[in-house]
Amino acid sequence: MMDNVIEIKHLNKSFGNHEVLRDVNFSVSKGEVVCLIGSSGSGKSTLLRCINLLETPSGGEIIYNGENILDKKHDVRQYRTHLGMVFQNFNLFNNHNVLKNCVVGQQKVLKRSKAESEQNALKYLEIVGMDKYVNAKPSQLSGGQKQRVAIARALAMNPEVMLFDEPTSALDPEMVGEVLKVMRKLAEEGNTMLIVTHEMEFAKEVSDRIVFMDKGVIVEEGPPSQVLVDPKHNRTREFLKRTLK
Amino acid sequence: MSFEVILSILKENWPSYLNGAYITLLIAIFSTIIGALIGLFIGIMHTIPLRKRSIKSILLKVLNFILSVYVEIFRGTPMIVQAVVVFYGVAAYGFVMDRFIAAVLVVSLNTGAYMAEYVRGGIVSIEKGQYEAAEAIGMSHFQTMIHVILPQVIRNILPATGNQLIMNIKDSAVLSVISVTELFFATQSIISVNYKYAESYLIACVMYLIMTFAASQLLRLLEKKLDGPKDYQFNQNKEVA
Repeated sequence: MMDNVIEIKHLNKSFGNHEVLRDVNFSVSKGEVVCLIGSSGSGKSTLLRCINLLETPSGGEIIYNGENILDKKHDVRQYRTHLGMVFQNFNLFNNHNVLKNCVVGQQKVLKRSKAESEQNALKYLEIVGMDKYVNAKPSQLSGGQKQRVAIARALAMNPEVMLFDEPTSALDPEMVGEVLKVMRKLAEEGNTMLIVTHEMEFAKEVSDRIVFMDKGVIVEEGPPSQVLVDPKHNRTREFLKRTLK
Repeated sequence: MSFEVILSILKENWPSYLNGAYITLLIAIFSTIIGALIGLFIGIMHTIPLRKRSIKSILLKVLNFILSVYVEIFRGTPMIVQAVVVFYGVAAYGFVMDRFIAAVLVVSLNTGAYMAEYVRGGIVSIEKGQYEAAEAIGMSHFQTMIHVILPQVIRNILPATGNQLIMNIKDSAVLSVISVTELFFATQSIISVNYKYAESYLIACVMYLIMTFAASQLLRLLEKKLDGPKDYQFNQNKEVA
């Protein structure tokens, strides 16, 4: 039995009449790097956003440490601190400088002291190579730099799982590399990561498992050597043909 | 109109002019601050996300309705009329308000009604991603507002607040109708003795201009200060790999 950090059972999500996720079953175990792939509108981002409840699932269960967090009595905010989220559009707090972006959550949510928060923030800013820029405001940074700070901000909360929602999709091509490099490093260090991405080469390299989604369902999943090289399903094959061209 | 006349008016009446300007500034500054706070409060109330039907959300809806009525009334009537209605209306019930307090009250309520809309607009215009990022690290709605949203909103509504301050400096002149000894009323009193209309009002005019110009410059300074330095310093404590 694998050590599942997050387990999703029969998850459904609809926006009005539109079903975006249908009976999704899926889990992430400790230290695993999972990439979610699929075409736009396949529901992979929605799945990721459902996991940290930025979208409210219409049905199903999300089990974290043996508890269903969709239970009404469950403390959603407490749960969210265990998940680090990295957005496509970075979403750094515009009113704070780089350091404060990585500190404010630790201080206000985790109630850590200022000194401890800053020390911890610096540690992760160094990992992503942004420790020089502690005094800069988000508006003064490039896209790649912003995303690296956003990764440090998420890491500084010491989450159990890192969620990445198309972290390189809003970046200029020459900046994609620096962000992927940081993510590769995190993967090697044994962080549990769930990544929605269109970067097939990167997915192939870093992931332990690839999950292919189409039209709101998981079509197939398995190690990259199997899903990306010798997929079982026609839909996967067609998707790969289109993207790997 | 001659320069000598102006000088002699100033020589005789400078304490009244200065005192009038002082009262004008006090009313304008207090009212702008109180009005901005009222506006912030209403703006925040209007943008609290409503969860399904609960007693809380019903109460909030009732409160928001009352606040909307207030905004409509104070935006939709002239301040000079509000001043008279408030001051003499209260007096009719046998309670005579301090004129200065009545003035600050009317201008504050007026400012609050306008600021409420600026604040609401300011909150709505903050991108969704800012809320999501704050939520994603576990902040409550309250924490999100305090640490992420409102600082940005306040920065964004600062120019509108500055406008409001300048308008309050000028429009407080209508409070002479309830005999508050602000600059316009002071000037009228001076004229009632010397009958030099043009020269006396010209002095008041220049004093208003000085006050509004100073206010706009100070606000620009404040904006710059809030924006912080244009450049950033590299952190030199750590060596760079």
